[in-house]
Amino acid sequence: MSRIEKVLEGDVRSAARLMRDLDDRLPGAIEELKALHPHTGKGYIIGITGNPGAGKSTLVDALITLYRQARLRVGVVAVDPTSPFSGGAILGDRIRMQRHASDEGVFIRSLATRGQLGGLSRSTFDVASVLDAMGYERIIIETVGVGQDEIEVMKTAYTSVVVTVPGLGDDIQAIKAGILEIADVLVVNKADRDGADRAVRDLFQMLDLRGVVGRQDVEIVKAIATQGTRPESGVADVVRAIDEHRERMGAHEIQRKTERAMAHIGELVRGLLADRANAALRAQGGLEGLAASVVKREQDPYSAAESVLKSL
Amino acid sequence: MSETLRKRRILVAKPGLDGHDRGAKVVARALADAGHEVVYTGLHQTPAMIATAAVQEAVDAVGLSIMSGAHMTLFPAVIEALKKQGAGDVIVFGGGIIPDEDVIELLKNGVAKIFKPGATTQEIGQWVSDNVSLEG
Ligand code: B12
Ligand SMILES: Nc1nc2c(ncn2[C@@H]2O[C@H](COP(=O)(O)OP(=O)(O)OP(=O)(O)O)[C@@H](O)[C@H]2O)c(=O)[nH]1
Ligand SMILES: [Mg+2]
Repeated sequence: MSRIEKVLEGDVRSAARLMRDLDDRLPGAIEELKALHPHTGKGYIIGITGNPGAGKSTLVDALITLYRQARLRVGVVAVDPTSPFSGGAILGDRIRMQRHASDEGVFIRSLATRGQLGGLSRSTFDVASVLDAMGYERIIIETVGVGQDEIEVMKTAYTSVVVTVPGLGDDIQAIKAGILEIADVLVVNKADRDGADRAVRDLFQMLDLRGVVGRQDVEIVKAIATQGTRPESGVADVVRAIDEHRERMGAHEIQRKTERAMAHIGELVRGLLADRANAALRAQGGLEGLAASVVKREQDPYSAAESVLKSL
Repeated sequence: MSETLRKRRILVAKPGLDGHDRGAKVVARALADAGHEVVYTGLHQTPAMIATAAVQEAVDAVGLSIMSGAHMTLFPAVIEALKKQGAGDVIVFGGGIIPDEDVIELLKNGVAKIFKPGATTQEIGQWVSDNVSLEG
């Protein structure tokens, strides 16, 4: 039996190995992924982003529980940053979700950014696609903790959830314009702390200032993720807000999927081109030789760059 | 054509009820500093939870930290759980408070290496680089 057949049969080990090979960018794995594409498109992809330590993983843990109660199979892709110094990473999101480790309806996979900007790894979408092909009905992507304009997940997910916390005060600005405007659901987590209502008001005001409110598809929800699925946790409200957004989007499903495919293809083109350019650069002996000739004024930097591109 | 970048992936886990996590965290950090990707699953893991995480994360090796004295049951239990999930090829190693005679016994029974208190992070990082292969 081929690995793809095993993956489609739900074999976790084969799928996990394929994800590994995709993350490592083995050409053979990308061929396998192509063969999985006809089997994808059924899973609903939810992106979770927000400030570092805002409670994203804790919220994902509670969401898994609620989705499992609804008998939905859940896949999770959790991304943590790669150290730019060592190239290594500690992938710790899983700690908060381990209670689901013995549930066969849950597949959790951790990834490191490996130098990719935007809060995701280059392989995140590919790994989510494998989960999709395996029949996971909800696929949750947790980005690294971001606060600025790192919003790649918004292009990958069908519904984007942004998690923030009270007490950032006027610094609620810490979640910047770009993120706010693309959020479909805003969660003020740690509502057990002072200032949750104020944070909600501030968010409304910020959305209002930008003319975002009235755009019917933003909802602000208070949550206490550490309360798990207890009624007072608000996590059920998060699920409901996601579902409502999903229903509203249903009418525009093709458009939304087309936009996502456009973003994805564009990114692949740029990524694959960069790979080729780097290979061409290596074939020409790397940057050093070119730099030396530029320093000696034998050629200008543009000509040097163009000489590399010519050999593509 | 596209660039491949194999990296070692290691699961660091604390099985059982033992709450000493300092060593596990130090080792996780050291392995990340050595350029590896380290999945850390936190305290109080059962052997089955550890094996599932190892399979889903497609790690090359599982490092257990055991300070409770229960190493003679926990190491074999994790190895057994990995086999049960079709992951018998995953390397199992670890460290903690483990008497020499037990170390000898564990090494005979499928544990690849044990580090005792005082082992330097360089030693541990070097061992992983030398013994955890990137192939496969
Ligand atoms: C600090 C400490 C604590 C702290 C723990 C803080 C924490 N969050 O980790 C506190 C105060 C909470 C604590 C509590 C207890 N402790 Co205590 N504690 C220690 C102490 C003094 C140091 C441990 C330590 O952190 N060392 C520093 C780290 C960096 O070293 P390490 O963990 O040994 O790790 C190194 C190696 O072992 C190895 N390694 C370890 N794990 C791994 C994993 C991998 C993958 C690899 C490659 C290597 C590796 O590499 C590391 C680097 O060299 C030890 C005594 C000692 N000298 O070891 C006792 C000790 C471990 N504790 C002990 C006991 C009995 C307890 C208690 C039961 C006491 C009590 N009666 O309440 C409680 C139980 C707590 C619990 N819930 O489990 C005993 C264990 C006895 C045994 N196993 O036979 C010890 C040995 C003390 C003793 N001599 O009796 N403890
Ligand atoms: N008081 C309170 N603490 C919470 C709540 N939700 C999460 N926390 C705590 O916040 C800390 C960070 O939680 P995580 O879920 O790891 O946060 P995260 O956003 O995933 O963190 P990164 O992935 O590191 O960015 C943990 O100590 C949680 O227990 C909450 O609702 N209230
Ligand atoms: Mg997290």
